[in-house]
Amino acid sequence: MSPATGGAAAPVGIVLVSHSAAVAAAVADLARGLAGGGDLAPVLPAGGTPDGDLGTSSELIRRAAKAVDRGAGVALLVDLGSAVLTVKALLAEGDELPEGSRLVDAPFVEGAVAALVTASAGGDLDAVVAAASEAYAYRKE
Amino acid sequence: MAETVDAGFLVRWLVAVAEAVDREADRLTELDSAIGDADHGANLKRGFASVTETLAKEPPASPGAVLVTAGRQLVSTVGGASGPLYGTLLRRAGKSLGEDGEVTRERLAEALDAGVAAVSQLGGARPGDKTMLDALVPGVEGLRSSYEAARAAAEEGALATVPLRARKGRASYLGGRSVGHQDPGATSSALLLAALADTARTEEA
Repeated sequence: MSPATGGAAAPVGIVLVSHSAAVAAAVADLARGLAGGGDLAPVLPAGGTPDGDLGTSSELIRRAAKAVDRGAGVALLVDLGSAVLTVKALLAEGDELPEGSRLVDAPFVEGAVAALVTASAGGDLDAVVAAASEAYAYRKE
Repeated sequence: MAETVDAGFLVRWLVAVAEAVDREADRLTELDSAIGDADHGANLKRGFASVTETLAKEPPASPGAVLVTAGRQLVSTVGGASGPLYGTLLRRAGKSLGEDGEVTRERLAEALDAGVAAVSQLGGARPGDKTMLDALVPGVEGLRSSYEAARAAAEEGALATVPLRARKGRASYLGGRSVGHQDPGATSSALLLAALADTARTEEA
């Protein structure tokens, strides 16, 4: 589907899914802080369970995805295990997440920064996904 | 003996699963504390309690709809990986059954087989990886012969995970230290098929 369905100016939304509410929120803050000035694309954390425990909540993911959706697609970055499986299961369901939602295969922290920078610069969903995935290639030694 | 099963039978099965999970929750958690994060019992208990509640409130009309509803509920309420995995198993099986009001055991086995394939695809695991598939694959294969064969094969499959080294899921981080422990996911999968055999036996009596 075309990422431009919401109009050329509509940004891609980003959801950060972690087992920990604190991790998801902090990575969202970090990405916002490092993405620089100007208008930022919408990014929201979906961390932990609704009770505040460690885990994954399909309800929190659905809500965050809906909230960041501007019609240009939603990129979902995940940490591990049930976060990956829950997003995959929701995508397989078909109607649980906004149209154009995509699971991004990327490192969580670096991918979140790359995705937000790209989405805020006006990149479409393919560009956001590519930028986040490319973060795997950055070696630290 | 009932040759076909209806929506009511599948609801009774899932109620029996909820009871079995409730009864065995401590054992599942104990197995999970050895090689996982000690939440399998509590997670499944919460998930299947919610399934039972939802099915009691609005009983679906067809066997397929029962499984789809139950699967969706598991994805929504279980905070761990078992939610999307068991949710996918039941939902895909339910979709495979379609709208039919009654289905044969063979048809149920085929549908669950489609569910198992979807689970394998979702988690990327295969039999021998020390996961729920080690009980589900032989269990569903056994269901083609009889409910009791399904129970026996799933139980045997779960016990056979003890010497395996985990290659998928959180237990895989433990490497060789996962050897010697029965897999909690395979154990709960065996409970599912045992509850199915119990339900069938009660109907025959």
